[in-house]
Amino acid sequence: MSAEGLLLLLSGFLLSPLLQGVINRTKAVFAGRKGSPLLQQYRDMAKLLRKGAVFSTTTTGIFRIAPSAVLVLVAAAYTLLAPSTVESGWGFPGDLILFVYCLGLARFLTVTAALDTGSSFEGMGASREVLYSALAEPALIIGLAVLARVSGEMSFSGVFHGLGDSEWLSAGTALAIVVVSFLIVMLAENSRIPFDDPNTHLELTMVHEVMVLDCSGPDFALITYGASLKLWLFASLMVNLAISPLGLSGYAQVAGFLGGMLFAGILVGTIESVTARLSLLKTPGLLTGAGALAVLAFILAARYLQ
Amino acid sequence: MTAYIDIILVGLILSNFILLGSSRLGNCIRIAAWQGIMVGLLPMATAEAGFSFRIAALGSAVIVLKGFVFPKLLSRALRESDTSREVQPFIGYTASLIAGVLALSASFWLDGRLNLPIHSASAIVVPVSLSLMFTGLFLVVARRMAITQVIGYLVLENGIYALGLAIVRDLPFLVELGVLMDVFVAVFVMGIAIYRINREFDHIDSHRLAKLKG
Amino acid sequence: MVISLLIASLSLFLAGSFLLLFLPGKYRAVRVIGPATTLSGSVSGIIASVFSFISGPVESTGFALSTPSGSFALGIDFLSALFAIPVLVISSLCAIYGIGYLKPFEESGKDTARFWSFFNLLSGSMLLVTVSRNALLFLLGWEVMAVSSFFLVMFEAGKESVRKAGWTYLVATHLGTACLLVLFSMLSSGGSMNFSDLALPDGTAFGAGVAFVLAMTGFGAKAGFVPLHVWLPEAHPSAPSNVSAVMSGVMIKTGIYGILRFLLFLGFPPAWWGWVILLTGILSGIAGVLFALAQHDIKRLLAYSSVENIGIIAIGLGLGFLGVSYRIPAMAYLGFVGAILHTLNHSVFKSLLFMGAGSVVRETGCKQLDRLGGLMKRMPSTGISFLTGSAAISGFPPLNGFISELIIYLAAFSGLTAGTGASSSAALAGLLAAGSLALTGGLALACFTRAFGIVFLGEPRSSCAENARETAGSMRFSMWFLSAACIVLGLAGPVLLEFLWPAAGFLCHGFGYYPEGVSSPLFKNTLEMVTLVSASLILGTAVLFRAKTILLSRRRVTAAPTWDCGYSSPVPSMQYTASSFAEPVIRLFGKSLGTRQSFREPGGLFPGKSSFSSETPDMYREKLYRPVFERMERLFSSLRMIQHGRVNLYILYIVAALFSLLVWKLG
Repeated sequence: MSAEGLLLLLSGFLLSPLLQGVINRTKAVFAGRKGSPLLQQYRDMAKLLRKGAVFSTTTTGIFRIAPSAVLVLVAAAYTLLAPSTVESGWGFPGDLILFVYCLGLARFLTVTAALDTGSSFEGMGASREVLYSALAEPALIIGLAVLARVSGEMSFSGVFHGLGDSEWLSAGTALAIVVVSFLIVMLAENSRIPFDDPNTHLELTMVHEVMVLDCSGPDFALITYGASLKLWLFASLMVNLAISPLGLSGYAQVAGFLGGMLFAGILVGTIESVTARLSLLKTPGLLTGAGALAVLAFILAARYLQ
Repeated sequence: MTAYIDIILVGLILSNFILLGSSRLGNCIRIAAWQGIMVGLLPMATAEAGFSFRIAALGSAVIVLKGFVFPKLLSRALRESDTSREVQPFIGYTASLIAGVLALSASFWLDGRLNLPIHSASAIVVPVSLSLMFTGLFLVVARRMAITQVIGYLVLENGIYALGLAIVRDLPFLVELGVLMDVFVAVFVMGIAIYRINREFDHIDSHRLAKLKG
Repeated sequence: MVISLLIASLSLFLAGSFLLLFLPGKYRAVRVIGPATTLSGSVSGIIASVFSFISGPVESTGFALSTPSGSFALGIDFLSALFAIPVLVISSLCAIYGIGYLKPFEESGKDTARFWSFFNLLSGSMLLVTVSRNALLFLLGWEVMAVSSFFLVMFEAGKESVRKAGWTYLVATHLGTACLLVLFSMLSSGGSMNFSDLALPDGTAFGAGVAFVLAMTGFGAKAGFVPLHVWLPEAHPSAPSNVSAVMSGVMIKTGIYGILRFLLFLGFPPAWWGWVILLTGILSGIAGVLFALAQHDIKRLLAYSSVENIGIIAIGLGLGFLGVSYRIPAMAYLGFVGAILHTLNHSVFKSLLFMGAGSVVRETGCKQLDRLGGLMKRMPSTGISFLTGSAAISGFPPLNGFISELIIYLAAFSGLTAGTGASSSAALAGLLAAGSLALTGGLALACFTRAFGIVFLGEPRSSCAENARETAGSMRFSMWFLSAACIVLGLAGPVLLEFLWPAAGFLCHGFGYYPEGVSSPLFKNTLEMVTLVSASLILGTAVLFRAKTILLSRRRVTAAPTWDCGYSSPVPSMQYTASSFAEPVIRLFGKSLGTRQSFREPGGLFPGKSSFSSETPDMYREKLYRPVFERMERLFSSLRMIQHGRVNLYILYIVAALFSLLVWKLG
């Protein structure tokens, strides 16, 4: 693996809490507040690692293993994606599917751990989470299918190396629509507004925050880190696709990627500040809209490639 | 120039989706206005014979009418009719969205079978116009409020206009003006009719008006 | 040698069955003889199948039976062996499971000798179906399979619901068999019914199309395609759990075997066949998992989930057929391999899930999800096995469900990225397959987190769950075996691909498609990498968990009741129930499900008792079959006036028939 690939990989592991800081700072700017420091997430995790833990008497071994397993799965998914833009031989055909299913298993374990506590709040978050993911996963896979069709490859490195100038020239609108669809999926999977409010702990808005109510200490640190890594992961999928027409390589790609991630953080913060959370009855409609956009992109790509 | 046409056409498709999924009448009228402006820009983007004064005049006329006059009439009817601002559909929003996707696929498939001789630089003009027509018809059939049915009719007219632009070589001046006059009268009459219906019956719910049949 | 092993196996099953039929009242012996017969028959059959893999396909010349054109012709090739092995393995494991499971029934005086007799008959007939090489022999095995499973379903015939379910099952299976009769008569119009002689009479496209529809209907009724599935959610929950495991795990797969075997006689498939199979698979997958989400009975939920997985298998088959029709080698081979592998995997994890459900029902005495809970602490082995089964059926790495779904995805993506010829249709097929697989996968995740979470996690919701204990040893043995199989198969991806590749080649050559460049398995590298990633996932989790435990050992760790955002006195009935968990999804898909809710609100000044219940009857049964059958019943009851009971008029009928026969013959 080359130095640039290693750099891209490490940037995710080291800088993902910083992305949360950027988003929070953007929201604070919109609200006229000073906001928490950019490195606050790191301090929170360090504090949590120093604490002890309280385990509920209702929980079983699943609750104790789940946070570690979830972090390992998200890290594995990120490792499949991250260096693929600079390494042409990274991954294997079909790693798109393994990517999606690693995230799916992470979700399975989070939901099971939530049900393990025997609490009604966590059951509620779990039931909403499975609905959103049941709708977001097809949108994600259809988007990846569009990328596979346009580039003719089935692996992340193949896709990103195959999306050059000629593809963007002929099927550019389709790919741009896929970027928007990925943005909506990212907001849904990471529980951002308009799907869920990551700040409140009210019953009405909780999807992801509520599933981890009973986690404490180092487990909670693992979960927070896993959540920020997952946000970085989805954002990097979107950013990699969005900067592929620039045709960068090597260190320029790394610099472009980091700039793109900064922009993505500001974008998410802006969306969170100007949009209101959608009512629970309307969010499936928005997710279906993301799926419809992906299908639209497929139809356009099929037409343009003929 | 191809890129501009395609962006406008994709914008038309996206506006279809938003119309199918939005529940507030004010939003629907606004989206219909944007659609009108985009459709008005189409002749200026598709013109092969160059940018002539006639095309510019027609385009601006369409933009003014469909983008400003009609929405204003509709908003006035909405304001004075004192009804709920929700769309009240027969078919739910998510199901409408899926129906819109199916209509789009059907339009693309139809275009593959029809193979019309088009005079436009873009490959997707015919499917997009067909999908505009289908969406307009769907809105007329599946929505309860009379104003949404008017909007559906406007969308249908947009589709016919776009299809005409693609197929006919030169802008047939008289036919085009005829169509516009037709639409204008329809909206005018519907606007007056809605106002009067509402004054008589206190609502503009076409479903409840069905009780009038003898 | 192989054939004699097969004949030995079949005779063992038959002999054991007859012996047990006439053995009343000797419980001790029955408990040993029954499973022992199954095991010995299975071992002999498995050895035969393994030999056929090593030495190549074997056919016997067969000797004629007394029926016209029937002959006792057996044979094993790739296809038969791949379907025979799961039949025998799962039957043996369910027999071992049955030793423990039937004990409470024995103690309450039920007739277990008859149970074991029919169980052996069922296993033997399923083996016969997979290895017979004569259509009449096939039908014989098919019918015996249906009848013996009917008697097994009616084991608890004292209950009204069981009787109704058995009746539905009998009618449905015979409607399917009727289609098969027509199909066989079409194919054997040349006179002989041996498989080597079966072919279409004139080879027209119309004839092939009719044969295809008959095969899909007849075998699809057994497999459980929507809308022919309505017997599945009735029969499987009513049967004893090890019988449900056999039925769901392997009996419905004989339908898939039938489709593959009999479509091979019809020549090169046109594209519309693949599309029909693909769309049927998509419909079955999505409808199956939606109905599963709406169920309150754990075994009905598992039955609908079988419908969903048959849909996934059909998606794989559809992609395979489309790959052959559109001549895309990767799509064809991967589609077939994925479908057959998912058949194998499904028999493993569905039997595991049914066994787990069976032990839960046996220990707690209730089947309703909403009355269970907290069983993980009371029945740990059942819990861990059920968790493995749930994760496997949702298709996650490192378990076996992921491998087969990945291969089907690879087939779909191969269709997407194929650059030649009819690429846009293949791309559309790939898109539909991938999208619907993702949707069913997401909904299956919802379904099985619900099933596992509500039953095993949290606090017990009623007294029957509180008093549960761990189950018998034989039952635990079977469940552990299958859980281990899930993990081993999940890590053995490349080996499985290598193993099943010739089977796909056999199918493609049978259809008349001889592609280039597929002598060694494609995408083997992918599966090797998947194994590597799966192993590192397990290792990584273990390392991180150990690190966290070491970190926590130096800190203060306490136990307390669930915090739950500060609730001071939580009660088990406040937990989320199964209905509430599934409610968002059911509300979204309400129109396709037809769920009926009845809610009596607490009224008055001081709120009194209120109740809520919801039920989801099978929509296809209510809207499609029930009106048709009721109309037919009305029509036929009008014919009842012929049966008036007057003897002189009956004699008049006989005289009139004789007279008209005479006139016809002599005139």
